[in-house]
Amino acid sequence: MERPLTRNFRPDGPFDVKEYEKAGGYEALRKVLTGMSPKQVCDEVRASNLRGRGGAGFPTGAKWAFMPPANGEDRPRYLIVDADEMEPGTFKDRLLMEGDPHQLIEGIVIGGFAVQADVAYIFLRWEYKLAEKRLRKAIAEAYDSHYLGRNILGTDFNLELYLHVSAGRYICGEGSALVNSMEGKRAIPVARPPQQTESGLWGRPTLMNNVETMCNVPHIVKNGAAWFQGLSVCEDGGTKIYGVSGKVKRPGAWELPMGTPLREILEQHAGGMRDGVKFRGVLPGGASTEFFGEEHLDVSMCFDSLAQVGSRLGTGSLIVLDDRTCPVGMLHNLETFFARESCGWCTPCREGLPWIANILKDIEEGRGQPGDLEILEAHTRMLWIGRTYCALAPGAMEPLKSALRYFRDDFERHIRDKRCPWR
Amino acid sequence: MIVATIHIDNKPYEVQEGDNLLSACLSLGFDIPYFCWHPALHSVGSCRLCAVKNFRNEEDTRGHIVMSCMTAVCDGMRISVKDPEVLEFRASVIEWLMLHHPHDCPVCDEGGECHLQDMTVMTGHNYRRTRMRKRTFRNQELGPFIYHEMNRCIQCYRCVRFYRKYAGGRDLDVSGIHNHLYYGRFEDGTLESEFSGNLVEICPTGVFTDKTLRKHFTRKWDLQTAPSVCVHCGAGCNTIPGERYGKLRRILNRYNHEVNGYFLCDRGRFGYEFVNSDRRIRRAHLRPGTSDRSAELEPSSKEAVVASLEGILANGKRPIGIGSPRASLEANFALRSLVGPDRFYTGMPESESALVSLVLETLTCGPAVSVSLREVELCDAVLVLGEDVPNTSPRLALSLRQSVRRRSLKIADKHCIPLWNDRAVRKVSQEAKSPLFLATVAATRLDDISAATFNGTPDEIARLGYAVAHELDPAAPPVEGSTSEEHVLAACIAGALKAAERPLVVSGTGCGSEAVIIAAAQVAAALHRVGKTAGLSLCVPECNTLGVGLIGGGHLEAAFKEVTSGAADTVVILENDLFRRADAKLVAEFFKAATHVIAIDHLFNQTASHADLLLPAATFAEADGTFINAEGRAQRSYRVFPATDEIRESWRWLYELMQAAGKTDLPLWTTPDDVCRSIAESIDALKPLGQVAPPADFRVAGLKIPRQPHRYSGRTAMTAQVSVHEPAPARDADSALAFSMEGFHGHPPNALLDRYWAPGWNSVQALNKFQSEVGGPLRGGDPGIRVLEPAPDREATYPESVPEAFSPRAGERLIVPLYHVFGSEELSAVSPGIAERSPGPYLGLSPDDAESIGVDEGRNVRLTVADVVLVLPVRLIPSLPQGVTGLSVGLGDLPYVQVPAWGVVTRAKAGD
Repeated sequence: MERPLTRNFRPDGPFDVKEYEKAGGYEALRKVLTGMSPKQVCDEVRASNLRGRGGAGFPTGAKWAFMPPANGEDRPRYLIVDADEMEPGTFKDRLLMEGDPHQLIEGIVIGGFAVQADVAYIFLRWEYKLAEKRLRKAIAEAYDSHYLGRNILGTDFNLELYLHVSAGRYICGEGSALVNSMEGKRAIPVARPPQQTESGLWGRPTLMNNVETMCNVPHIVKNGAAWFQGLSVCEDGGTKIYGVSGKVKRPGAWELPMGTPLREILEQHAGGMRDGVKFRGVLPGGASTEFFGEEHLDVSMCFDSLAQVGSRLGTGSLIVLDDRTCPVGMLHNLETFFARESCGWCTPCREGLPWIANILKDIEEGRGQPGDLEILEAHTRMLWIGRTYCALAPGAMEPLKSALRYFRDDFERHIRDKRCPWR
Repeated sequence: MIVATIHIDNKPYEVQEGDNLLSACLSLGFDIPYFCWHPALHSVGSCRLCAVKNFRNEEDTRGHIVMSCMTAVCDGMRISVKDPEVLEFRASVIEWLMLHHPHDCPVCDEGGECHLQDMTVMTGHNYRRTRMRKRTFRNQELGPFIYHEMNRCIQCYRCVRFYRKYAGGRDLDVSGIHNHLYYGRFEDGTLESEFSGNLVEICPTGVFTDKTLRKHFTRKWDLQTAPSVCVHCGAGCNTIPGERYGKLRRILNRYNHEVNGYFLCDRGRFGYEFVNSDRRIRRAHLRPGTSDRSAELEPSSKEAVVASLEGILANGKRPIGIGSPRASLEANFALRSLVGPDRFYTGMPESESALVSLVLETLTCGPAVSVSLREVELCDAVLVLGEDVPNTSPRLALSLRQSVRRRSLKIADKHCIPLWNDRAVRKVSQEAKSPLFLATVAATRLDDISAATFNGTPDEIARLGYAVAHELDPAAPPVEGSTSEEHVLAACIAGALKAAERPLVVSGTGCGSEAVIIAAAQVAAALHRVGKTAGLSLCVPECNTLGVGLIGGGHLEAAFKEVTSGAADTVVILENDLFRRADAKLVAEFFKAATHVIAIDHLFNQTASHADLLLPAATFAEADGTFINAEGRAQRSYRVFPATDEIRESWRWLYELMQAAGKTDLPLWTTPDDVCRSIAESIDALKPLGQVAPPADFRVAGLKIPRQPHRYSGRTAMTAQVSVHEPAPARDADSALAFSMEGFHGHPPNALLDRYWAPGWNSVQALNKFQSEVGGPLRGGDPGIRVLEPAPDREATYPESVPEAFSPRAGERLIVPLYHVFGSEELSAVSPGIAERSPGPYLGLSPDDAESIGVDEGRNVRLTVADVVLVLPVRLIPSLPQGVTGLSVGLGDLPYVQVPAWGVVTRAKAGD
């Protein structure tokens, strides 16, 4: 099985530019700059059926095509790589940046060429110190080797790449909030229209992609769309880095064909549950997705099949809940995170999430009261899409909504017994 | 306008395609609750209260919730504003906001006029389900105008959006995140913006409240109010002053679509306290013994004063009258009638008279048309010549701030972004600005939004104007000897004005130069010649400068001469402190020469202390009056409460003097309407005066318009400490308004509209119910009428000469006036809050000049202009051109100095 994204990973640190080149790196970039037009690159990516790995799964080729056609004067155009990976349970981008920074840089330059960007930014999560260090080194090497800067590889294509370390806010996963924060404003989303591709960073056409998405690009260009399609076991092309956390035998992350069944990830790769604990549920795509129970374990982990069963692939990072862990406590932990990360712009999210977290805390600590669950349930309806300004609060409601369904007895028992049965 | 038919709860309505759904529904009269939306700030979709349900089509029964403020109207749209799911969601929003709101309404200044109260009642939320502790904040000390109580905040973002985005302030912002947002300054301190008072009305609850009101607090429903016009500059903003127990308590904005819209400046809002001042003249005063004025003025009875006047006026030489640009048309005209047109003086010094005549000539001769403040906001290229607008006409500066957004709106339109979608507009346009060019003597608070600034002497500013006119139309005289930089700037300005759809030229009397006003007129004329309809906005210093200018009369120096030459020995001075308008020595000589000085004014001032007879004049709060603002709009202001003691309207005093003087052919004046009729008959330009407001006998269904709201409380007990018998309410025969809570409580003609209230709408937002469309003109038309219109199709003519280039004089400096929004105006400066914000008198020097004189910031210097010597501390003003020195005008007890003028500045000597 091919693992293009992680094949260069070494325990003793990432490849430097020479080693990366030796392993076939920057060949795709050379191919693009010496023989392809921007449109050809876009078409190749579109044909590969690569879908955005940040969580929404939007077809990457289609997004690139939204960029208005470049004419000589209408500059600059921007490319932003969202590396502000803050979804609880998710760490795939960190692995990619730490494990093979040149792969990301090559993807950025190819993507930058495809949409005729002038400047690219990597918007990096503040806590990712090791990734920052390795990216800085790799970027410097890439400049020295003329993969970045003016006249890349002797052509007339120019691209400046900057590493921007974020101040650390979950809401920056929302593209427009990310742009606001880069502009020095409060990190608050802006409703569309305008689309980022029309008016993004400083009002200019801006393309925004996830780290994992961009890492796929060199391989697509190098090996072709058909090859990329062949990597997966579902409609969506390529491989996916799936991660598992929770009380499994071998928590970790693996590059697997897109569409690998959930059960296979949990049982083969993560080694199944630890001895003495039982599986109760799983958040399939990070903290802002709906719980799955036993009955869903055979689902294929790709965007469409998860949507069909009412959840989302999200970041493909599984969080497993076991029978020795209090689901109320888990929810309290998650909702506290979301309440803290609300940007404060719209009322339901700003005020509703802390109230939810507060009720969950009360229930967990034995102060729950009859009626609390009704308030929580009402919030799962009230903090829904269209009622809040952006997707943060609806995302926070997904685990809560499903937990109230799957673990109703546990919630009620907390309230009835006025204590947490797990304590 | 493209008409769209939308169905609201299955009934069809016609609205404007693309309009904001919330605004459209409110205009149709629906009660949709909202917080973050404001008609002047538009939509941002933050509070989520204005939810409605949108249905895809007739078959769709489920629908989905949308925020009406973020939704564009489109033809065929089907919505519900009372769907159960919508009502449940709105109640939830209030419940969330109430999690931390302190529920301190009984002790909150906003209580009773609180938008949050109204919206809470409207949505029906009433039961607290949460057990959470409420979060609390530390409040900030924000200066003399605004009281801060952060715990009440519902995080609607309106304050910062107004303060920063609309008014250009920088020292108020939101900090923090999630449910711990803090709206305040970086640290305690006075809010810098001169528009901070609008936070009182912008804030939907009691976070920002009026600190001056707090000192003599009264609930909204206990205030007696009347439609009024601000008297603190020439802009003529409409206000609603409120009174209780004979004290003026506060000023609120009175919406006039054409003039001030939703906003006032802080001078206008907080300058009112002079009305309550201890310095008010409340009784008639008489000076015993008349020869040498050695005796003090003594309170006397009105009868005794009038009796002594009888002798003076009937037996002495014919008196002269000195009017005032801060007195109403009625008062000035009454004085003119008393003394005769040829013996009436406008009260303005010669220099100012000339400037005002020039302004009037420019506005009446055309071809440029004076524009209202609303029209200013529509202008997409502006040239300001000479005027420090934020200090001389602050509300105009706020309009100019909006005008530079035209470019942003145009860009947004190109991107098909609806103009009400505020954040999207700002995003796609990146706040691109239309050109605003500022040519002033020193930096102004508009510099941050300008395309280019030019600091120079008044003559240099005029030369720039002439150069721009010449660039626009080669027939205009060329400017010789200008530098290439000036040439490039002039070409750049001309290009921008020419390229604009609605160019505007702003100037005024501020820098004291006729050449500057002529230059402004030239630019407007040149634009006209090249086929552009140019707007013109000329600032004048006082609330009735143009009014007294239209009445016409001699200037102050001529009045002085009349007395010192012995041609007259008696002078009647109307609402005018001559020491603020003429050299103290001249004024003193004048008083010495005059046998009888009769002064009529509000406050004990220097002039009052020289009077032999002093009559207490009603202020704007106690007198009806008509004023003409800088636009040339005549507006009627009504008294808020009956004057007490011996205070009376100036025109009534003067009418009495006419009778005392035994004047024959006396007109019959019983109401201000009668005076206005006489004015209209004798002054051509003021012919339409009778149409400014409904006549005194106007009634709605036989009813007068009550000044007191229907919830006015304590009426029967208000004077119980004096007598348990309730006194009869004061009668008001002068207008259709009544000092009563009885009368017509509906929507009267807008000139008589004295408060905004509608069932369920107790806050200022009730205004929505009085507008033809939300944010548009008042239903029935905005009050006031324009009396200055240029003659149609006038061809532009150009003068021959252009002012010379500035050449510094050895040993002398050009002294130019510098103004302050807080302090430079006479009456507002008496109000404690304004006084606190006012700087002390100073002399402004460029750092280079200061160095050459050998002084630092704060050190005293000696200024000699003509034969006036002043010792003043230095303030370094880097933008002042070298050789030019700024003199702070009107501040503190600074004596009058006529500027611009040449003067000498030296280091202060020991003992100075």
